[in-house]
Amino acid sequence: MSEFETHIVDVLIIGAGGAGLRAAAEASAMGASTAVVCKSLLGKAHTVMAEGGVAAALGNVWPEDNWKVHFRDTMRGGKMLNNWRMAQLHAQESPDRVLELEQWGALFDRTPDGKILQRDFGGHRYARLAHVGDRTGLELLRTVQHRAVDVGIEVFMECKIVRLLHDATGAVNGAVGIWRETGKFIVFGAKSVVLATGGVGKMYKFTSNSWEGTGDGHALALWAGADLIDMECIQFHPTGMIWPPSARGLLVTEGVRGDGGVLKNIDGERFMFNYISDYFKAETSDTIEEADQWYENKRDFRRPPELLPRDEVARAINSEVKAGRGSPHGGVFLDIASRRSPEDIRRRLPSMYHQFKELADVDITKDAMEIGPTCHYIMGGVRVDADTAAATVSGLFAAGEVAGGMHGANRLGGNSLSDLLVFGRRAGIGAAEYALGKSGEVVIDELQVASVTAHALSFFDNDGSENAYSAHQALQDTMQSLVGIIRTESELVEAKDKLAELSERARVVSVEGHRQFNPGWHLALDLEAMTAVAQCTTLGALERQESRGGHTREDHPLPDNEVFGKVNMATSFVDGQVRLRREPLPEMPTELKELFEEAH
Amino acid sequence: MSTETATVAGQRTLKMRLWRGDESGGDFATYEIPAQEGEVVLDVVHRIQAEEAPDLAVRWNCKAGKCGSCSAEINGRPALMCMTRMSTLNIDEPITVSPMRGFPIIRDLVTDVSFNYAVARRIPAFQPPKLAEGEVFRMQQVDVDRSQEFRKCIECFLCQNVCHVIRDHEDNKESFAGPRFFARLAELEMHPLDTLDRRRLSSEQFGLGLCNITKCCTEVCPEGIHITDNAIIPLKERVVDARFDPVAWLGRKITGKPDPTPAAVAASFAPETLEQQQAARALGKVGSHPQTSGA
Ligand SMILES: Cc1cc2nc3c(=O)[nH]c(=O)nc-3n(C[C@H](O)[C@H](O)[C@H](O)COP(=O)(O)OP(=O)(O)OC[C@H]3O[C@@H](n4cnc5c(N)ncnc54)[C@H](O)[C@@H]3O)c2cc1C
Ligand code: SF4
Ligand code: SF4
Ligand code: FES
Repeated sequence: MSEFETHIVDVLIIGAGGAGLRAAAEASAMGASTAVVCKSLLGKAHTVMAEGGVAAALGNVWPEDNWKVHFRDTMRGGKMLNNWRMAQLHAQESPDRVLELEQWGALFDRTPDGKILQRDFGGHRYARLAHVGDRTGLELLRTVQHRAVDVGIEVFMECKIVRLLHDATGAVNGAVGIWRETGKFIVFGAKSVVLATGGVGKMYKFTSNSWEGTGDGHALALWAGADLIDMECIQFHPTGMIWPPSARGLLVTEGVRGDGGVLKNIDGERFMFNYISDYFKAETSDTIEEADQWYENKRDFRRPPELLPRDEVARAINSEVKAGRGSPHGGVFLDIASRRSPEDIRRRLPSMYHQFKELADVDITKDAMEIGPTCHYIMGGVRVDADTAAATVSGLFAAGEVAGGMHGANRLGGNSLSDLLVFGRRAGIGAAEYALGKSGEVVIDELQVASVTAHALSFFDNDGSENAYSAHQALQDTMQSLVGIIRTESELVEAKDKLAELSERARVVSVEGHRQFNPGWHLALDLEAMTAVAQCTTLGALERQESRGGHTREDHPLPDNEVFGKVNMATSFVDGQVRLRREPLPEMPTELKELFEEAH
Repeated sequence: MSTETATVAGQRTLKMRLWRGDESGGDFATYEIPAQEGEVVLDVVHRIQAEEAPDLAVRWNCKAGKCGSCSAEINGRPALMCMTRMSTLNIDEPITVSPMRGFPIIRDLVTDVSFNYAVARRIPAFQPPKLAEGEVFRMQQVDVDRSQEFRKCIECFLCQNVCHVIRDHEDNKESFAGPRFFARLAELEMHPLDTLDRRRLSSEQFGLGLCNITKCCTEVCPEGIHITDNAIIPLKERVVDARFDPVAWLGRKITGKPDPTPAAVAASFAPETLEQQQAARALGKVGSHPQTSGA
């Protein structure tokens, strides 16, 4: 058996994004010994890329705002598939979580009276996103990072967890990882484990996600016997860069539209007015005149259709391009140049200005941007208990993008960063309470460890010609073309077969070189996670025979509230196979239901 | 040479010289690969990795200039690989990509930047005044502007890499925090709510005095942070103030504010000593219990 080092802690947190670090700060404050592991260096997690803001009903700009309005917006944006309790806790607690960041040194942009400034985003009734220019994720991550460092949490960076460990009862009690630098194994024994591993974007070809978004946590949970839910619900952000090819997929923040940017087709038409669904008719402007007044006067005018929830906008762009009204490189135009002064644009959207200037040679204060949908976020994830973030396997907790339920079928912008804080903290409490209440020493099962390390090393012995990079590309092509933004049964069936083949290819990938900082090896390990997750997504997409939020079926274009609106698609691993079953959606209590009956 | 390497289709061939090796030594390896439109250096490195050198070690995360992972020296110039467009380089000549020279090599383009994390751990935490129940901080935008500039830092460590104080004198790493952390100290020092006086420790514990304002750090900062002009020089001035006028500090903290921060700031102004802070942090510190196992 390979040699390894062992660390025993109360709470092991996998992931150092906003969710992981927030969980760590809380678990440690509760007196649990806490360790954090992450695949990259500390401070580089995907959270750093978040731009537009963190949603919280602080009411600083619109005193009318409160948690009930935020809750309602979130549920409606999620097409009512959300776990109502998570959406409620999120709306109630996010203001405190944001204010707490200030006590840890965060510096948000200010209102004239010195409070935290809030900006408009799609689907939020009021300007609700606390922000720092368009680098809010960096501010949030740095703040929780400093906090974690200040309370002395131990961080194991550039270390990839490959499998969870469990005790004789099946309860999770540790994990096996690999140090990137040396290629050596590291074993953690822990009374509880929090997954905070982020998203899955890298299974698609065009994505706004960083290399880390390979669905590791989803797969770790699955392999440990936990349920995932609604993995078919994937958000394609309407505005990703499409040119040059190397920048394709990079995010263009929704803040551009919140700050006045509009979408146009090749004929210069603001086409979003043609795509206002009945569901949002009452609250959306139907003339340009009305829409343009809304930015200044939200009380008397309805919001512009460019700020409909993301799924609506992404589908509209897709339809324009299909109808031949797209831009030269196959997207549409996002124009802020003709709407705001160059100074305003540079001040409010500095990193967008920079990004287009540097990567596309486009000056967004002068010219429109070319944009199109990009895979951005997975709403589905580990099935958790709303209050404690506990997964369906003992000892396992999940928070942040890896957890499911909170956002239903579609996430509103800004609701992820707040989700990280609210449920990161709750997961920290849940995991610490569980760990502190658990007696006895953690006993690591060396046989399990041996089989994990042997498996991880097997890629060096595979002598086939399969290369991790080409297998990954094949996976991305399959998901992009067959399980993309618009889906249909025949293609999903084809995807299912291809994925069966691909998981076989992923198994026989052979790795060159040695164990030290070998990206090919790590990709081989990421690939097994991605193929497992892709199977869950595809099965869920096949089974959900309706269109809802981030899941659109060409052959079932309408939502089916009677059947599919009442269930989560739960996937789990049974006898080495991904299986799917329907689970009833938790029922919302009457007093919350009433919020949806009130007039707009 | 450029005409020789051009292909029939008009496609150019790139000659990339990438440093390969580890702490025991290494050399440049040359890869030839067709040019593609609109690429950045990191794209080309990735294509080489996918097609020719699957074990080529390189750090990157966001590919959008936001995470500061992909720092390297391109034709000897420190830069982010993901923000350096190939069209800005002369591709008639071979393009060299080497790891940051200021840090020990781990492998290929990856260096050991742990020094920076160790310094970060030594910086005393942000210390706000206590808030009464239900009270929120009020700060004016003009007062947060200065610190916000430093909070743009993506920790690419390019400034640390070029600073001659550490680049040329390894031993200085013990006493000199480097430009990134002067920006961090300035950020806290200029934070309208931080109640800890950071001037003395900037010079005594973090070696601010060793900086002789060459501005090399500012020149390489991909975030355009004016590290020397806006962080280091004002911090140096404040250090001088600290020697001559111990009360000037509080005055400075609250100058220029049309609407001063709440009385709470001044009222609860009771800076703990660094020792007290460190003691508090040590208490919060949890350890793991390493043991070596296996066979
Ligand atoms: C470009 C962009 C802009 C965005 N803008 C916004 C916005 O304005 N507002 C908003 O609310 N949301 C936004 N989002 C979404 C939001 O940023 C993410 O959903 C969120 O940051 C995810 O945070 P997380 O803590 O769950 O995980 P991440 O930040 O993704 O962190 C995951 C962590 O897990 C670690 N990890 C993963 N696998 C392993 C493993 N096997 N072993 C060890 N460690 C592992 C990683 O190293 C990393 O540290 C944006 C997303 C993108 C891509
Ligand atoms: S200005 Fe000071 S910190 Fe910056 S590079 Fe020069 S000596 Fe180093
Ligand atoms: S100050 Fe600038 S150069 Fe230095 S680490 Fe930060 S972003 Fe990089
Ligand atoms: S990869 Fe993030 S800065 Fe280059």
